[in-house]
Amino acid sequence: MLELDTVTAGYDRRAPVFRGASLTVAPGQSVGLLGPSGCGKSTLARVAALLHRPDAGRLVLDGTEVRTWRHRAPRELRTAVGVVFQQPRTAADPRLALADLIAEPLRATGRRAEAEGRVAELAPAVGLTADLLTRRPHEVSDGQLQRACLARALTLRPRWLICDEMTAMLDASTTAALVAAVETYRETTGAGLLAVGHDRVLLDRWCDRTVEWKDCLPAEENP
Amino acid sequence: MADPRTHRLRLWSSAAVVGAVLLAVLLVPPLVQLDEQAVDLSRKLLPPSWAHPFGTDDLGRDLLLRCVYGLRISLLVGLVAALVATVVGTAVGAAAGALGGWTDRTLMRLVDAFSSVPHLLLGIFVVALFRPGVWPVIASVAVTHWLSTARIVRSEVLSLRTRPFVDAAVSGGASRWRVAVRHLLPAVLPQAGLAAVLMVPHAMWHESALSFLGLGLPSHQASLGNLVQTARSSLLAGDWWPTLFPGLLLIVPTLAIAGLAGVWRDRLNPRRRSELML
Repeated sequence: MLELDTVTAGYDRRAPVFRGASLTVAPGQSVGLLGPSGCGKSTLARVAALLHRPDAGRLVLDGTEVRTWRHRAPRELRTAVGVVFQQPRTAADPRLALADLIAEPLRATGRRAEAEGRVAELAPAVGLTADLLTRRPHEVSDGQLQRACLARALTLRPRWLICDEMTAMLDASTTAALVAAVETYRETTGAGLLAVGHDRVLLDRWCDRTVEWKDCLPAEENP
Repeated sequence: MADPRTHRLRLWSSAAVVGAVLLAVLLVPPLVQLDEQAVDLSRKLLPPSWAHPFGTDDLGRDLLLRCVYGLRISLLVGLVAALVATVVGTAVGAAAGALGGWTDRTLMRLVDAFSSVPHLLLGIFVVALFRPGVWPVIASVAVTHWLSTARIVRSEVLSLRTRPFVDAAVSGGASRWRVAVRHLLPAVLPQAGLAAVLMVPHAMWHESALSFLGLGLPSHQASLGNLVQTARSSLLAGDWWPTLFPGLLLIVPTLAIAGLAGVWRDRLNPRRRSELML
């Protein structure tokens, strides 16, 4: 269970982006978070991914309350939540070939030996052909790069996946392919999903339930 | 810098000068096998001729040979000092930028403290602590020149640290060290390398300044600063060649190295083409 409990977060303590937001994602469940841009969805997603320390409130992962963030967070908690960002161009290190990009989390966690096998397993799952894997980010399209970024988020088999506007930059067919890849992963592993976006049609069809962000809070969970 | 012909001319002329200088300092001493310190008072202060293209100095030593040896020492000091300063500056800047917080504040105040002392003065202080020689000069130039690199690298790291690819690495379990070494350092290396090359001419000028002041290399050892310094008295007597040639050999190669660095910077950062910072 991924629980955000009355979280207040932002980039200036005196003026937080949102106050007291609560949201729960059960294992195997997919939750869509819908709202206009600038309302704080991405900040909430960053808190849920342990990348941004909230000013108040709690994040609980499977009963373990998260008390440290970013590098200081225990590795097993950090890697339990995979993230896909909106813009693949800025989310991919421009110096790494796609294969290295996908293998990086395994190398960073000292599991070098598994890297090659995992890349070979993930690449077809997200629709990347072998010739693309040797290319660097500037040599592939946004869609191809986002596929690699999704694969990277899945490399360590996270128990939750957070897709922060994952498909906002992409065309319809790539969107469908990426959503299908996420769903296949969830079916095989039972992972939970938090999909952040502003496309109501997509989120309604993709997710078990959709939470709409109203008055600076996810409305459904904050009556 | 709009004209590509000027650009190409700058690249090739700089490359030709740097190439010629490197060939001279690498090949002349082992091939010629002449003693640049051999004194021949019967030939003192001869003007340039076929036998002595740069003339001779007040002790009858061949100036061309002394200039080549002097350039060798100056280049060595410039390269090693620039390398040391860049490594130190990059390490300090990367640590300050990547770790942030107290480490950042402490390191940057240290940089401010070093910058607040005029760096020639600090350099003189450092050489004064040791016997005259090449290494104190290198240490003096390195100690005073890592500051700008540290600032450049820190600001680059600070801007990179907030990019989503760093978030992605953190989320993928990367340690602080891994993020710094695998993602941040490779991104700042081109800037640090450029700073190093731009520093070589600057370091050569510093070596010459210290030697000119009598604080650098021992006066019998040929270095461009020493050559200009010993030639001062003959200049007043109307003998121009002992000052002109070492002076030219200091100016032309340093301009050529700065020219090459300028071309590199234009490639790296096309928006700043109009500036030429030495």
